Amino acid sequence: MTSALRRAAALLTVPVLLVALWWYSSANSTDFYRPPLSRILVAFRETWFGARLADDVLPSLTRLLLGYAAALLLGVAVGVAVGTSYRLRALVEPILEFLRAIPPPVLVPIIMLVAGIGDLMKVIVIVSGCVWPILLNTVEGVRNVDEILADTCRSYRVRGMARLRHLVLRSASPQIVTGARQALSIGIILMVISEMFAASSGLGFTVVQFQRGFAIPQMWSGVLLLGLLGVLLSLLFRLAERRILRWYHGIRAIEREP
Amino acid sequence: MRYERALLGLVGLAGFGAVLEVAPRIGLVPARYAPPSSRIVAALADEAGQARFWTAVLETLRSWATGLAIAVAAGVALGVLIGSVPVLREATASTIEFLRPIPSVALIPLVVVLYNPVRSTLVLVVYAAFWQVLVQVLHGVADVDPVARDTAHAYRFGRWTRVRYLVWPTALPYAVTGVRLAASVALILAVTGELIIGAPGLGQEIAVAQASDSVPQMYALVVTTGLIGLAANLVTRAGERLVLAWHPAVRREVLT
Repeated sequence: MTSALRRAAALLTVPVLLVALWWYSSANSTDFYRPPLSRILVAFRETWFGARLADDVLPSLTRLLLGYAAALLLGVAVGVAVGTSYRLRALVEPILEFLRAIPPPVLVPIIMLVAGIGDLMKVIVIVSGCVWPILLNTVEGVRNVDEILADTCRSYRVRGMARLRHLVLRSASPQIVTGARQALSIGIILMVISEMFAASSGLGFTVVQFQRGFAIPQMWSGVLLLGLLGVLLSLLFRLAERRILRWYHGIRAIEREP
Repeated sequence: MRYERALLGLVGLAGFGAVLEVAPRIGLVPARYAPPSSRIVAALADEAGQARFWTAVLETLRSWATGLAIAVAAGVALGVLIGSVPVLREATASTIEFLRPIPSVALIPLVVVLYNPVRSTLVLVVYAAFWQVLVQVLHGVADVDPVARDTAHAYRFGRWTRVRYLVWPTALPYAVTGVRLAASVALILAVTGELIIGAPGLGQEIAVAQASDSVPQMYALVVTTGLIGLAANLVTRAGERLVLAWHPAVRREVLT
């Protein structure tokens, strides 16, 4: 009981103090650009719990989800192919190194040329950024398949889809998950950026509209919402990871015990 | 084996360039949107002859390097401090877990109204890169070998000696990984700041090229950012080898 209390205290003390500090230090703020926290919270409720939830938040999240899923499929598929074949890897490695090094936001103007300014453009932008960490981590994971396991599979004549599913993807999955985690934060960044360029709906668009219209408390509330979304998505990701990699964390925990 | 690898890589690059050259010429993709690679290279050569281009490159490099340096210094200092004091680590864990996933671009509207463009970009770069370094250093400090820690206790190492000879060597590989991740994130944010907020640099040049519809130039500038990113990766990786030359993982790699 006391240990649970102690943990709760450790978890909550600093965040509560920080929010309290923000609340009281901004309470009597007359600075136009730094409104009191109470006003931001009121704006938050008025702005986001209404039509905007369906009009702005959902389209953004849908595009993010679509782009992320496509990047996962593409990254894992290409990654497995490149990771399995030595020749293919030597052939495409320099190209991949270069393409990966391009900061994804600069591709937005180019993708706009090709795909216009609709939903397709935003999804492609998200895919173009998310795919690299997934792809490169998959390549590394597939390359580092345990040799004894690979030999065992060969002696038991485990081939084709069964080999892919039970050996290759399984042993690469911790690496793939690492890549997917990096890709998620890049995806959120690109979701916002693609909407800042040209859009008529979406979180990034709306927040920039607020900023241009000097609706400062609303703008702060948008920043707050984006932050909360980032936190929420990373929490969801961690839950999924814990399920998918339960076997892996189990092995690690056993290995670590003396 | 090594030569074969390098040769295949060159073949791949040449093939990639050839596809980009031929596809627009035979009408596979509209040349207006995707100029052939020879025209991109020509535009790049043209850019390289202009002082304006080099000023932009330097501006981008400067905001990238400044932001990265601030983030690394702050991340390492705070990481070692928080990591080696258990009370601090426990108390700040939830706050760090909460602040870290906040996407840095969410701050764009905020910094735009609070600061001028150059300062705004710097804030974004520092914010994004800082968490990468901090989290890695925290992991590293937590990874100190229990036997080594007990030994240090038994020999009555002082606080400073313990940080220098116990914590630092353990945390260094993690910190270096953090710096590598931070370097590429910092470049993304530096260019984004220029592209969206309008701080001077390559991002702004791309926005100008886009507005004036000069497509080959836009491609040339994008290629330039890619080359800078590539150089940054190579430099951080070389730095990693240099700093960690004593580390067993690096030494094993050299042996085999």
